[in-house]
Amino acid sequence: MIMEKFPGDIDFKNRSGVVTINNIIKQYGKKKEVVSALQGVSFEVGRGELFGIIGPDGAGKTSLFRILTTLLLADGGHATVDGLDVVKDYKQIRNRVGYMPGRFSLYQDLTVAENLNFFATIFNTTIEKNYDLVKDIYSQIEPFKNRRAGKLSGGMKQKLALSCALIHRPAVLFLDEPTTGVDAVSRKEFWEMLKRLKQQGITILVSTAYMDEASLCDRVALIQSGKILSVNTPAGIINEFQKTLVAVKANNMISLLNDLKKFKGQADSYPFGEYHHVVMKEGNTETDLKNYLQHLSYHDSEVKTIIPDIEDCFMSLMKN
Amino acid sequence: MFYVLNEKLMRENNAIRVEQLTKRFGDFTAVDAISFEVQRGEIFGFLGANGAGKTTAMRMLCGLSSPTSGVASVAGFDVYKQAESIKRNIGYMSQKFSLYEDLTVKENIRFYAGIYGKSDQFIKNKTGLILDQLHLQNETNKLVRSLPLGWKQKLAFSVAIFHEPQIVFLDEPTGGVDPVTRREFWSMIYQAAESGITVFVTTHYMDEAEYCNRVSIMVDGRIDALDTPQQLKKTYEVNSMGDVFLKLARKATRSE
Repeated sequence: MIMEKFPGDIDFKNRSGVVTINNIIKQYGKKKEVVSALQGVSFEVGRGELFGIIGPDGAGKTSLFRILTTLLLADGGHATVDGLDVVKDYKQIRNRVGYMPGRFSLYQDLTVAENLNFFATIFNTTIEKNYDLVKDIYSQIEPFKNRRAGKLSGGMKQKLALSCALIHRPAVLFLDEPTTGVDAVSRKEFWEMLKRLKQQGITILVSTAYMDEASLCDRVALIQSGKILSVNTPAGIINEFQKTLVAVKANNMISLLNDLKKFKGQADSYPFGEYHHVVMKEGNTETDLKNYLQHLSYHDSEVKTIIPDIEDCFMSLMKN
Repeated sequence: MFYVLNEKLMRENNAIRVEQLTKRFGDFTAVDAISFEVQRGEIFGFLGANGAGKTTAMRMLCGLSSPTSGVASVAGFDVYKQAESIKRNIGYMSQKFSLYEDLTVKENIRFYAGIYGKSDQFIKNKTGLILDQLHLQNETNKLVRSLPLGWKQKLAFSVAIFHEPQIVFLDEPTGGVDPVTRREFWSMIYQAAESGITVFVTTHYMDEAEYCNRVSIMVDGRIDALDTPQQLKKTYEVNSMGDVFLKLARKATRSE
């Protein structure tokens, strides 16, 4: 009989990353219409990291998560999770990861308590044994423990799904777009929950299409069309943005944008909330832009050099 | 006489007029006596936390759900008595459902335009125009399923306003879309508004709230704030629409 290893009983030798991804390729479709979902993706996630995979829908985030959780086979490359190979050791990996898919996938006709108990039993454990881990989240929905999962609100469903993904004390937690379609307030609360989970030593990979969530991660991978644009800390990503970025606003924002695009010193101009952002060509400064706008009789304009946002970086990487 | 004239003018300037509009499901009040007006050609942001009542309100304005009480007219038609006329005079698009994935680009356009009773000639001329604008000339006969999400959403918007409606309702149109395409999408919204179409839009992206002429924020079935983004920030003494939203939505006692 082969004894399966349990989380915590892991060989650390020669393994810096708890998740290693090496040149992963995934394609869908037949000859005529092949869609390349992942085109040689590589990066590593360290133990205890809160790691964000940031990119729009269709970037390949879900394919990557499904490969790492052993639910999908890659067409090329290899990957390990908690030191185990995603193809060879898939059974062991399934014991050690928690996975919350983008679509709610608990049993709608079981109650809250029944769902949690079901997942605990499947993993050969009990709610009592790991209650400390889920307490913070589960206690919020415990008053409704006899309600069927299908009758829960969106926010409560999410908390139940997270509790179920955690109840076997996984070494690595995969959260696929947990905040999609969620309002700004609930998104904030969800990230606060993740921060507390991280303090309990769980490695968390979370995917999102919201660029502003990048700043809440330890490190992020920016992904677009199946390719990694950059892997770094949020501050590191911002440091990689070498050009001068200027924020501008005036009374008439529409004509301002048109005029900004005609400015010879700009590499790119686009709306960014209250302001327009202007990426300057090398050698051009805020003063050059001020003079240009003065010349066009924008007397009410506000012009200031700013530190780029992750979204500025993402767009710049996308366009290169 | 003067009063009547004024009222007529108001009606002509208002694409949407809502007074004390209410919807109850049993003893739950989903929409609680909301009142507002949207002017013709305006880009009106309709924000609120999940469960605040946005979808229910939108369904009433689109003629899909009859209010419990209150008054509402959309494109000059009454939501109680003229729901069918409303449907003919509005466009609708959402992130969740927009186009038929197993129809081609061309088939989708023809299907929607046909439903709105447009003539073959009109459909033919306008289809060419749209495909040029979207640079989709080479994808005409491709299944919508095979298009990247960003293209799909831009096409869905063009289809939603294909029949030249007075008002278009956009329910989280840019969810999950990449930041470059998101901005292209908003430039299409501006073009539509400039051509006189009123835009009623919901979003979870707070930077997009800044692109609206006026923004309303729903909390627990009520409209707790309605103003220009600039004025809202001033009123709530914060620097961004995100902070305005957080300040108001935090007060919510109910969730979805």
